[in-house]
Amino acid sequence: MSNDNGQSGRRSLLLNAVQGLLIPLLAVTGALLVGSAVIALVGADPWKAYTALYKGAFGSQVQFNMTLLNATPLLLAGLAVVLAFRGGTFNIGGEGQLYMGALFATWAGTTLPLPGELALLAALLAGLLGGLLWGAIPGYLKATRGFNEVITTILLNYIAIWLVSYFVHGPMKEPGWNPQSRAVFEAARLPILDPRSGLNLGIVIAILTAFLVYLLLEWTTLGFSIRMVGLNRTAAAYAGVNVPLTMALTLGLSGALAGLAGTVEVLGRQYRLLDGFSPGYGFDAIAVALLARLNPWGTIFSAIFFGALRTGANGMQVVARLPVVVVYVLEGLVILFTIAGNSGRFKLRRKAVMR
Amino acid sequence: MESLFQLIFAGDFFYSTIRLATPLLLAALGGLFSERAGVLSLGMEGMMLGGTLLGFLGSYFTGSPWLGIFIAALGGLVVALLYALVTVTFRADQVVASVGINIIMMGLTGVIYRGIFGTTLSQQIVAPALKPLAIPGLAQIPFLGPVLFDHLAMVYVAFLLVPITYHVLYHTTWGLKIRAVGEYPLAADTLGVNVFLTRYLAILVSGFLASAAGALLSIGYLNMFMENMTAGRGFIAFSAIIFGKWTPLGTMAACLVFGAADALQLRIQAFGLGLPYQLAVMFPYAITLLALLFVGRSQGPAAAAIPYSKD
Repeated sequence: MSNDNGQSGRRSLLLNAVQGLLIPLLAVTGALLVGSAVIALVGADPWKAYTALYKGAFGSQVQFNMTLLNATPLLLAGLAVVLAFRGGTFNIGGEGQLYMGALFATWAGTTLPLPGELALLAALLAGLLGGLLWGAIPGYLKATRGFNEVITTILLNYIAIWLVSYFVHGPMKEPGWNPQSRAVFEAARLPILDPRSGLNLGIVIAILTAFLVYLLLEWTTLGFSIRMVGLNRTAAAYAGVNVPLTMALTLGLSGALAGLAGTVEVLGRQYRLLDGFSPGYGFDAIAVALLARLNPWGTIFSAIFFGALRTGANGMQVVARLPVVVVYVLEGLVILFTIAGNSGRFKLRRKAVMR
Repeated sequence: MESLFQLIFAGDFFYSTIRLATPLLLAALGGLFSERAGVLSLGMEGMMLGGTLLGFLGSYFTGSPWLGIFIAALGGLVVALLYALVTVTFRADQVVASVGINIIMMGLTGVIYRGIFGTTLSQQIVAPALKPLAIPGLAQIPFLGPVLFDHLAMVYVAFLLVPITYHVLYHTTWGLKIRAVGEYPLAADTLGVNVFLTRYLAILVSGFLASAAGALLSIGYLNMFMENMTAGRGFIAFSAIIFGKWTPLGTMAACLVFGAADALQLRIQAFGLGLPYQLAVMFPYAITLLALLFVGRSQGPAAAAIPYSKD
């Protein structure tokens, strides 16, 4: 984990590394403990439930691949949150950006008659663009009018979800009864890596993206500006950083990453746009990013953890008769435990800009 | 154009506006206490969600919707306590803590409901709901009577809370403490105000009212519980506080605007008008967003969303 202060003694590096592993570990343990109380409360056996969860997520190669499949959108959307939070902007709009990415990707994947890999590339780019657009709106409003992005991104979530619903019931609806779009062209689909689980190239794209986000944040001038704005706006402004522009860019790029999450769901898994297709990946992403302590590499592991929760929850529902929504409880608890554990460290100064 | 005119200028429309503004108002007034004390009230969505289930369960098991509302409000205190613990005591980031609370409540309400009534629901479970209380005399006034005085008792309570909130915030010692803690906690602390206690109490008020507002959705206007049935109303209530510039009266006006948007949306759906229902449902959120754009940069309490530490 990088040291944000820049004045890294060997001691603080070690301390950071220990903290970086310890807090997530404690947060997960705490969440599972409190979660078991909730499970017991509704009359199920926590031990049985967690065993079923673990087996469902890691029990076999196929199951593990399904975990990776579920981790794919979580990783991309998680990276979106990492980028936004590191830049001191609260992108709570991952869900909406994801939907817009999927909408744009579906449009490109079902209408642009491009040959070979170009079709896939165009659909991926379109998805990025959709998310970028939906992230840039709150970014623009924040930069030009000082708008609190928390509430604008939340409201845009609802608008995007209903917009997609409108498109799959209306203009993009395929003939027939089901409210869904046409299937995207074969050429625009992501190659399948494992046919039994449906694992596709999306996971590779997601891991590459983690690497790119790491490069952007740690090794580029823009990344440096983003982090500087995230740590101290006043200092960044004195250092000559265009703070509003940087924050708008951060939100736009963050939106693009979340858009890519939706894109990969369409091009790698569903092959078409469905009404309400995301079970809340955009919100899960916040837990993913926080558990990773806003570190791009860590995000890979926390995405797999939450992907495992999602995969295992189905087994848990069958074996322990627990509804899948119990995953939300665990997720929320992880968030609370992580930020409570981090409260000294995870400080986002935003006195002047909150509204 | 003529049909739109008919859509809006009907007694029924004003009635629905007040009806739909009430849960927003109840939650937003509570949120106002929390906001003025310098604690972000974005967790209202989760508190409301908890209220939808608790109100339903309370009414289902006791047979009294009033007890349901009361039980929901008490349960809201528990959720608020958790939020206060994380944000005030642990000084965690309030935006993220709110998101955490909201996600937990989304899961918890679903788990508990299905834990009690089973995972495969073949039919909708119903509970006794509140009934409208026509105010004798006033309800007989032509036009105004049916619009204003034939509502659920909770509606009158919510609107009566507006002057009460105003009085408490601006004309009582406690209100002064709340505002001081929200503007300049260090100064308040120096003068002997217990910053933590003041913030805890303000958050508890918020949880109490938001949860009661949630219960109003499940057993006030309906007689059933549905997962995630607040559908962002906590966030809209939060926006109403901003749109109302952190004042009780302004917040009420904002809630009425958003209530009207919701009422119009429902009427558009009911009357057809050739507009797809998805676009109608989107309408209140879009109006809220536009309202925020319209009001522009508004100044909240100076210490809003900043955890206070003594050192």
